[in-house]
Amino acid sequence: MNDIAIQDKLLAKFKPHLESTTIRWYLVLIILVAIFGWGISGLVTQITGGHIVTGMRDNVVWGVYIVNFIFFMGLSYAGALVSGVLHLFNSNWRKPIIRMAELVTVISLIIGPFFIFFCIGRLDRLHYLFIHPRIQSPISWDVIGITTDLIGCFIYLYLSFIEDFAILRDQTSINLPKWRQKIYKYLALGYTGTPRQKKIIHQSRSLMSAMIIAIAIIVYSVLAWIFGVTLQPGWDSTIFGPYFVIAAIFSGSGLMIILMWLFRRIYHLEEFITKKHFVNMGVLLMVVASFYGYFTFCDYLTKWYGSVKINAELIDKLFAEFNWMFIFANYIGIIIPIVIIGIPQFRTIRNISIGAVIAVVALWVNRYIIVIPTLETPFLPIQDSRADWLSYSPTWVEWSLTAAGIAIFIIMFKLVSKFIPIISFSEMSGVEDRELKILE
Amino acid sequence: MSEKEKSESRRKFLKTGITAGISAAAGLTGGGVLASKAMAGTGKKVKALTTDGKVVEVDEAMIEEKATKEAIGRTESMEGLPNRKFVMVVDLAKCKNARACVDACQEGHFLAKDHEWIKIYYMKDAPKTAPYWFPRPCFHCDSPMCVSVCPVGATYKRSDGIVLVDTDRCIGCKFCMTGCPYSARVFHWKEPEVEQPDVEYSPETNVPAVEGTVGKCVWCADNLRKNKLPRCVSACPMGVLYFGDMVEDSVTNGEETVRLSQLLEDRAGYRFKEELGTNPGVYYLPPSNRSFTVESGFEGQDEEIQKRYEKHVNKYKSKK
Repeated sequence: MNDIAIQDKLLAKFKPHLESTTIRWYLVLIILVAIFGWGISGLVTQITGGHIVTGMRDNVVWGVYIVNFIFFMGLSYAGALVSGVLHLFNSNWRKPIIRMAELVTVISLIIGPFFIFFCIGRLDRLHYLFIHPRIQSPISWDVIGITTDLIGCFIYLYLSFIEDFAILRDQTSINLPKWRQKIYKYLALGYTGTPRQKKIIHQSRSLMSAMIIAIAIIVYSVLAWIFGVTLQPGWDSTIFGPYFVIAAIFSGSGLMIILMWLFRRIYHLEEFITKKHFVNMGVLLMVVASFYGYFTFCDYLTKWYGSVKINAELIDKLFAEFNWMFIFANYIGIIIPIVIIGIPQFRTIRNISIGAVIAVVALWVNRYIIVIPTLETPFLPIQDSRADWLSYSPTWVEWSLTAAGIAIFIIMFKLVSKFIPIISFSEMSGVEDRELKILE
Repeated sequence: MSEKEKSESRRKFLKTGITAGISAAAGLTGGGVLASKAMAGTGKKVKALTTDGKVVEVDEAMIEEKATKEAIGRTESMEGLPNRKFVMVVDLAKCKNARACVDACQEGHFLAKDHEWIKIYYMKDAPKTAPYWFPRPCFHCDSPMCVSVCPVGATYKRSDGIVLVDTDRCIGCKFCMTGCPYSARVFHWKEPEVEQPDVEYSPETNVPAVEGTVGKCVWCADNLRKNKLPRCVSACPMGVLYFGDMVEDSVTNGEETVRLSQLLEDRAGYRFKEELGTNPGVYYLPPSNRSFTVESGFEGQDEEIQKRYEKHVNKYKSKK
C-alpha cells in the first residue's frame, strides 16, 4: 500500500464530514451550547453575587473548581503520553490516534486554567499574576509552567497539522468552499513536501515530543506542589509530585480509550482504530493503574499507620463521611480496569471502554477526596454553628460550570474535527500494512 | 540656609510635628492637619502643642478640618515601626470566653458578626486533661506560610513582626488560607454586610473591606502606630491578652506590665504547634490554676455561640 492510496482512502472516509454537516451534528452542538450557556449563567451569578453562591467557605476554600482544574490538567497527559512517550518507543500503531491525543492535550490545557479562575475572588485583578508576580509562590510556578506547556503543545499540534493542511489544500476530490481552501492554504505555510521541508518538520516534531514529556512532568509536579508544599494533613506529602503525574497519565490514557471508542463509532473508523489500539492502550492503562494504585496505597498506609493525630482524624473522616467515595475511587476505580484488561477473556472493545470510563470518573472522585477532606480537617477544629461552614457541598453554580467545562471540551473537539480530520493523513503515510490492518 | 529652604523646612516641621497635638489645642472635633496651601494666613493665631511638648503659635488658616488623618498606604505599611518587634501573650488560665475581644475587633474593623479575626476555640489536648478556652488571633509568624505562597505580594511581613494583607492587591486565590495552618484567615465571600466607613483604604486596618479578598487580624497596626494597644487587648475584661515589644522585653494587658522573659519562664509559656516551624509571634500560658470552671464560658452566651461548641463538648466528654 503506498502513501497516496492511504491518503485517498482517508480523504474518501472523511469526505462527507468535511463537506457537509448533518442535522444531528447541529442538534448535539445546540445541546452542548445550551449546557455551556447554563455554565455562563452560573458564572454570572457568581460574579454578581460573590463566592457565597458556591459551596466554598472559610475552611473548604477550594471546592469542585480546583478538582476540575487538576482533572483537566491531568487529561492533557493523553498527548504527552501518546505522542511523546510512544514516539520515543517508535510504535507505529499509535499513528491513527496521535491527532486525537494532541487535541486532548491542547483543549484540556485551555479549559483547565479556567477552573482556577473561577476560584479567584477578584477576577478583575487576574493580570496581577503577571504584573506583580512573586516567584516564591507555587502559583507563579504554575503560571509559568502552564503557559509554557500550552505554547509547547500548541506548536507541536500545529507542526503535525501543517502536512495535513497541505494535503487538504492540494486535494481535488473533496468539494470545499473557497474560504476554507484559502484558510488551508494560509495555514499550510507554503508546505509542498520537499525533502528539506520534510526533514525540518520531522526534526522539530521529534524535538518537541521530547520537550513535551519534560514539560508535562514539570507542570503536573508543580500542580501537585500547590498542595504538597502546604502544612495541611493529607497534602503535605513527598509523594505528591510523582503521584499526581501517574494519576494524570492514568486519566489521560483512560480518556484516550473513551475518545477512540466515540470517534470510531461516529466516523466509522473501524479499520483504522482496531481492537489492537484498545488492547494496547488498555494494557498501558492497566500498567499505569497498578502504579497509581500502589502510590495511593503507599500514601494512605503511611498516614494511617503512623497515626499522627491530625492524619488519624483525616483518615477517620475518609472512612466515615467519604467512605463510599473512597471505595469507588481507590478500590473500584483501580481494580476494575486492571481486572478487565488483565484477564484476556474480558478484553473486548466494549469492556475496555467501560473500564476506561470507570477509571476516569474514579480519578475525578479521587481528586475530590484529596482536596475536600483535608480542607475539612484543619489543625484547629472547625467550631461553627453554620452548616455550610462545617462541611462542603457544591452548589448548582459549581456543577453548572463543571458541566460547561465538559461541554466546551466536546464542542471544541467537534469544531476542530469538522475542520481537520481526526486521523492525521500525513502520519498515516508510511505506515505499513502489516502494522496496521488498514485494508483487508 | 536660604529663606525659601527655611520656610520649606518649617512647613515640614509643622506638618510632621504638630498634627497630633494641634487638634486638642485648637478644639477641633476631628483630627486636624495643616493645610500647606494656607500659608498666607488670617492673622489670627492659635496655640498648639507639638509632640515634643512645646507650645507653638500657628495661624488659624493653617488648620484644616479633616475627618481622618491621611491613610497609611501600601508602601508605608510594608515598613515596620522602627526598633520594634511586637509580641502577644495569651494567658489561657484567665480566658473564660467573655468574647469582648471578638466584639471589639469586629467593631473596630467593621466586620460582620460571622466574620471573626480573633476566634475562641473550646479545646482539649488529651483524654485526661481539662478543656480550656483558646483565643486565636493571627500569630504573625516569623516564618509565615501565607506570605510565602502569595503569588502577587498581597501579604507581607514587616520588620516589627506584623503580617499584613493588602486587599487592594489581593486577587482572592485563597492560597494563603490553605497555607495558614491556624485557620487565621477569612474570606469576604460577599459584599460586606456592615456598612463601611468612608475612609481611605489602608492595609493597616483593612477598612473598607473588599468583597472577594482575604482578611485577617492585623494586631491593630493602626493603633500601634499611635502607641495604643490592639483593640482586643484593651477590651478583655479578664486581662487574658498581653501585648508588647520583644526589644523592650515587656508586655502589658492594660493593667499590669510585666517582663516578657520572666512571664514566659514563670508560667511555662509555649507556642501553639511549635513543630510546624512557622515561628508564631503569639505565646500561650498554660490554663493552670483557673479560678472559674470552663463551663462558665457558656453562660449568658447566645444560642448561636453555644451551638458552635456543642459538637466538641460532646466529643470531649465521650473521650473521658
